[in-house]
Amino acid sequence: METVPRPGRGVPPKKDKLQAKRKKPRRYWEEETAPAVAGASPGPPRKKKKKKNLEVRRQKQKNSHNSKKSRISKKSQFRKKSREQKKPGPQRTLSGAQDPFPGPAPVPLEVARKFRRIDKSKELPHSLPKTRSKLEVAEALEEEISVKAARSELLLAEEPGFLEGEDGEDTAKIRQADIVEAVDIASAAKHFDLNLRQFGPYRLNYSRTGRHLAFGGRRGHVAAFDWVTKKLMCEINVMEAVRDIRFLHSEALLAVAQNRWLHIYDNQGIELHCIRRCDRVTRLEFLPFHFLLATASETGFLTYLDVSVGKIVAALNIRAGRLNVMAQNPYNAVIHLGHSNGTVSLWSPSVQEPLAKILCHRGGIQAVAVDCTGTYMATSGLDHQLKVFDLRGTFQPLSARTLPQGAGHLAFSQRGLLAAGMGDVVNIWAGQGKASLPSLEQPYLTHRLAGPVHGLQFCPFEDVLGVGHSGGITSMLVPGASEPNFDGLESNPYRSRKQRQEWEVKALLEKVPAELICLNPRALAEVDVISLEQHKKERVERLGYDPEAKAPFQPKAKQKGRSSTGSLVKRKKKVLAQEHRDKVRQSLEEQQKQKQKQKAKPTGARPSALDRFVR
Amino acid sequence: MQAAEMNAVRAAESLLALSQQEELVDLPNHSLSASEDEGDSDGERKHQKLLESIGSLDGKKRWKLAERSEACLKVSEFNVCSEGSGEKLLLSDLLEPAKTSSSLAAVKKQLNRVKSKKAVELPLNKEEVERIHREVAFNKTSQTLSKWDPIVLKNRQAEQLVFPLEKEQPNFVPIEHVLSSWKARTPLEQEVFNLLYKNKQPVTDPLLTPLEKASLKAMSLEEAKMRRAELQRARALQSYYEARARREKKIKSKKYHKIVKKGKAKKALKEFEQLQKVNPAAALEELEKIEKARMMERMSLKHQNSGKWAKSKAIMAKYDLEARQAMQEQLAKNKELTQKLQVVSESEGENGAEEEELLVPDAVNEVQMCADGPNPWMLRNCNSDAKGEVQKDPEQPPEPVVQEVSESEDERPGAEEEILLHEFEERRSLRKRSELSQNAEPVGSQETKDSSCQEVLSELKLLTQKLNQKNHQSRKQKVSSVRTVLQVQKEECALEEEEPVLLQRPERVQTLEDLEDLGHEEYSQNKELPRPVMEEEKAEKTSNNQTDAPKEKKKKEQMIDLQNLLTTKSPSVKLLAVPTAVEELEDEEEKHQKQIIKEAFAGDDVIRDFLKEKKEAVKANKPKDVDLTLPGWGEWGGIGLKPSAKKRRRFLIKAPEGPPRKDKNLPNVIISEKRNIHAAAHQVRVLPYPFTHHQQFERTVQTPIGSTWNTQRAFQKLTTPKVVTKPGHIIKPIKAEDVGYCSSSRSDLSVTQSNPKRPSGHHKKQLKKISRD
Repeated sequence: METVPRPGRGVPPKKDKLQAKRKKPRRYWEEETAPAVAGASPGPPRKKKKKKNLEVRRQKQKNSHNSKKSRISKKSQFRKKSREQKKPGPQRTLSGAQDPFPGPAPVPLEVARKFRRIDKSKELPHSLPKTRSKLEVAEALEEEISVKAARSELLLAEEPGFLEGEDGEDTAKIRQADIVEAVDIASAAKHFDLNLRQFGPYRLNYSRTGRHLAFGGRRGHVAAFDWVTKKLMCEINVMEAVRDIRFLHSEALLAVAQNRWLHIYDNQGIELHCIRRCDRVTRLEFLPFHFLLATASETGFLTYLDVSVGKIVAALNIRAGRLNVMAQNPYNAVIHLGHSNGTVSLWSPSVQEPLAKILCHRGGIQAVAVDCTGTYMATSGLDHQLKVFDLRGTFQPLSARTLPQGAGHLAFSQRGLLAAGMGDVVNIWAGQGKASLPSLEQPYLTHRLAGPVHGLQFCPFEDVLGVGHSGGITSMLVPGASEPNFDGLESNPYRSRKQRQEWEVKALLEKVPAELICLNPRALAEVDVISLEQHKKERVERLGYDPEAKAPFQPKAKQKGRSSTGSLVKRKKKVLAQEHRDKVRQSLEEQQKQKQKQKAKPTGARPSALDRFVR
Repeated sequence: MQAAEMNAVRAAESLLALSQQEELVDLPNHSLSASEDEGDSDGERKHQKLLESIGSLDGKKRWKLAERSEACLKVSEFNVCSEGSGEKLLLSDLLEPAKTSSSLAAVKKQLNRVKSKKAVELPLNKEEVERIHREVAFNKTSQTLSKWDPIVLKNRQAEQLVFPLEKEQPNFVPIEHVLSSWKARTPLEQEVFNLLYKNKQPVTDPLLTPLEKASLKAMSLEEAKMRRAELQRARALQSYYEARARREKKIKSKKYHKIVKKGKAKKALKEFEQLQKVNPAAALEELEKIEKARMMERMSLKHQNSGKWAKSKAIMAKYDLEARQAMQEQLAKNKELTQKLQVVSESEGENGAEEEELLVPDAVNEVQMCADGPNPWMLRNCNSDAKGEVQKDPEQPPEPVVQEVSESEDERPGAEEEILLHEFEERRSLRKRSELSQNAEPVGSQETKDSSCQEVLSELKLLTQKLNQKNHQSRKQKVSSVRTVLQVQKEECALEEEEPVLLQRPERVQTLEDLEDLGHEEYSQNKELPRPVMEEEKAEKTSNNQTDAPKEKKKKEQMIDLQNLLTTKSPSVKLLAVPTAVEELEDEEEKHQKQIIKEAFAGDDVIRDFLKEKKEAVKANKPKDVDLTLPGWGEWGGIGLKPSAKKRRRFLIKAPEGPPRKDKNLPNVIISEKRNIHAAAHQVRVLPYPFTHHQQFERTVQTPIGSTWNTQRAFQKLTTPKVVTKPGHIIKPIKAEDVGYCSSSRSDLSVTQSNPKRPSGHHKKQLKKISRD
């Protein structure tokens, strides 16, 4: 009874929320003693289930929820006190009763800061009053909106699961069986093994909602099913080698990279398309917001297929031989390709050359994975190293480890856990909190499988890691792997068919054009300075003068003979000279700065008088 | 003179002759017995002639020829004279008969009337008339339209406009009014209302409780009036006072101000004394003010002999007793102002210090005044004043600072100071004697407020003394070795002796140690010479080292060695579950495996390839220089001949250096500098109106407005349409009543008054014109 089953997570919170919101109704004739009641009613004491010397908590929804609530209400009470001291009588009502919580609810600053978009530390050039008023309006709006977002943070009631060892206890020693025993039945049901020894190593893919699982065996076995209810959608044998398998935007469509061509099936196993322009595909990636299916082929081509219109957007010749390592950056939809010369190249369909090329390993790249915030990239190479790179401009390795055997497969979870498949072992590393750098010192979990790993993916919105190996499919429980709060409008695991169709239309309407894929997506919100300058230049050429240039100084007319031509000229000259002087001064200052910089540079040895004879 | 006499004589003669002639002429007249009239006229003529002759007495002969004109009263035979015909001939005169008749008076009147009327001006051009009409019409309409300006502005700035425009709702009805029609029905409600009734809380018309009503009535009309009158009086008084203050402020008389100031000072003093008796705390505050005034005085040179007046007086002082007195007065004032006020509860030690202070030479005191505080500029000034120019070596400044740092480190507690104090006393007395002969050398010093004031003062004295002595000595030295010692060396020497001491002054860490040092300097000037240089070098070295170390580190950070990056051994992970395949070869085969890997990758040098690739990328991206040399132009050409280097250099147009590459400091990365034109096509390329810089505009578009990134409310707010129209409603033109204006003329006035914008210059002109018209 300890935890509520996960599927219920979507629905029951509503009830919970309702409960949370429904306070004791207070009428205006009530006595003033009432507000004290509004304080915390501490939730039921947490029940801890101990098993041996380890403590496993998974998605203790109710308890955690209660505790959170109580914390919040305590806080608010405290705030209220200080507030009331400031303003003793807010507004008298008819009966003299007072609002116990006058004013808007307080918003934690650091939460609001998370939603800020405008970087005020950047200094702006001097702006006119009219412009300034506009800027002020924009800033005020942004602040208001961030506060609103921070307020709505309260609605994210779910807390991620976690696994904690008792002091000195290594969580990596905890076996799956232990975890399964500790958690509730519904969660335990998420751990399962599919014994499919016949059709060779499997690749697998979860749908975006995390509800469906598709897998394809090397020897042609393709199947898709709702893995939570274990309801099979389709199962076919394509009678051809299957290299990779991937769901398209919804679970209704399935792309399978077969030996020769790329095929698309629907959820009943009916072949819809055979795309012959994508041949000998080794890896597939689907960019959900662009509706692009990226395919990397043996022939060295990276092809982008727009699945909404069925057109090939771009076919890029990578010129790096066979491509069999590919990952997408979920933050900016850039495709990362690993090459045999130890480099990882970043690609966008609109640019014919790699956006960036990073030398990562001495040997060839075995696997690449990018975390969902687009901050970290994990690579493993043939030199048996596992490295985590920073993708925010510097592309430098943040941490590196040598593994006993190179990791053949890597995967990041939604909350930043890193899984690596090495041979028949899966290792998982965790960081501190969400989207933080996974520390490679201590593995968080390890698990040995029936055969060598061939495919790895964390299930979205479930604390589950799917592993495809030569012996079939294993679904592992990894507490704290995924995001507990899902966006029901974006990817709802519990959506019905109608909802899915509705979502599909909306998603198609919001489709992002393929040209917009670039390294820094925020750059799109910036003005194109180069063409702006060009435009200005052209305009000046067309007009013959610069309309925005400062008007030349025109001396004012003065009386009593001081407006003679001579004095006018003198005044003009004065102003000109002043401007000139300013310019010179500025340039001098710059020069001095440079000089100082040069001076600051180390001068090898102190200069001696004999230096002049040195030739 | 003679000529004049002659003239007069001649005139007299002619006069005589004339009279004779007249007599001669008269004779026939009488004889002819003409009429009286004629005789009269004849007499007149004679008189005229006489007048003329008198008029010509002054020498010039003036023959005024009478003009010949028609109607004249006098008729002479010689010419026509116009005398008496001053008046013009009028039309009425002609018409006038000899006798006045009444019938003609009407005509005359008519004529007069006609004459009084001006001539009718020509009618204006048609265009001009039209122009004037237009102008007037424009002015009028613009005036009437200007009342809409604020509304237009408001609508333009409004976040959202909802059409049809509605009047703003009057403030919503208070709940009490709503409640009045409502009746309690359920038992709970009835119970509640019963409670309310019991507690005498208002229910149906519950605006005010009886108590509140009573309290409202508390202030009567008379009271209010009284209060108002009081306020009025206060305001009037205030305005009087202000006016007076303004008037007094305008007075330019210096004397007046002087007197006022004196009066004020006296008053303040008196008040202060009183305050001291009554309220010591407030008195302390006052004291602080006085202290501040003292500080100001010390900062400024107001009452010293540097002002214009003071200088002039100083010149006069030799001869003029008054001037001397005035100067002394001023100096006394300065002293008075700069004297430190003694707080009553002060230790005796300070008193002693005070005494000491009196003993301090004047020179020291002077400098204290101007060079107080660690202001190097002040110090410099003072020194230059006293000593003449002190050459500044650009390398000098860092040195003393370093010295001092070291000195401050070995500052010792004042155990030894007691012993040395005695010594100082002796020296001081010595110095006093020498002071008379030497011109005092100013030394800036720090005033201390500690109890160690005494020591510092003694130090000060010592310093001055030493300086003087040293000066003396060095001078002697110089005199003795003018010829022999090189000029440069001498300068150095001078500098050496001056600079450190001078520059040390602002710091108050003048310990006994450096005093001793100075003492050594006395005896061993030449020995001292190399020391600072050494120190300087050392200092430089240390500073260099200090700066070097972080610099190097920085550099290291910047340029990460690619080789290091890839070859550094990362710590290996000890895994619980080692892959089975690895487990087998764990021990002896591990080495073998590694060997194999090494061999496999020995051939392809990944790093070198990458660097090469990067170099190429950099090269390809660099803007290329343009070479415009024409071989054989202006020199011999042909195979094997190259244009000269000079020529090539001259015709080479260097490409401008582009911005630094993003991967400049990242050896393991190649970032493409190519512009994504497809993405750029979606970017904004024209700045909208009020923005002048792209950064400003970027800031306003940084917040995403989609519902994906925002809460529902925020999304709605961000995407509110600028204009909303209600379907099925007619949008009528805006009316004055709708926006709160009445259509009457009175309201027009109110509108113009309420208009916050002042009429522009152009507008004003037009208004003026209208009023003139």
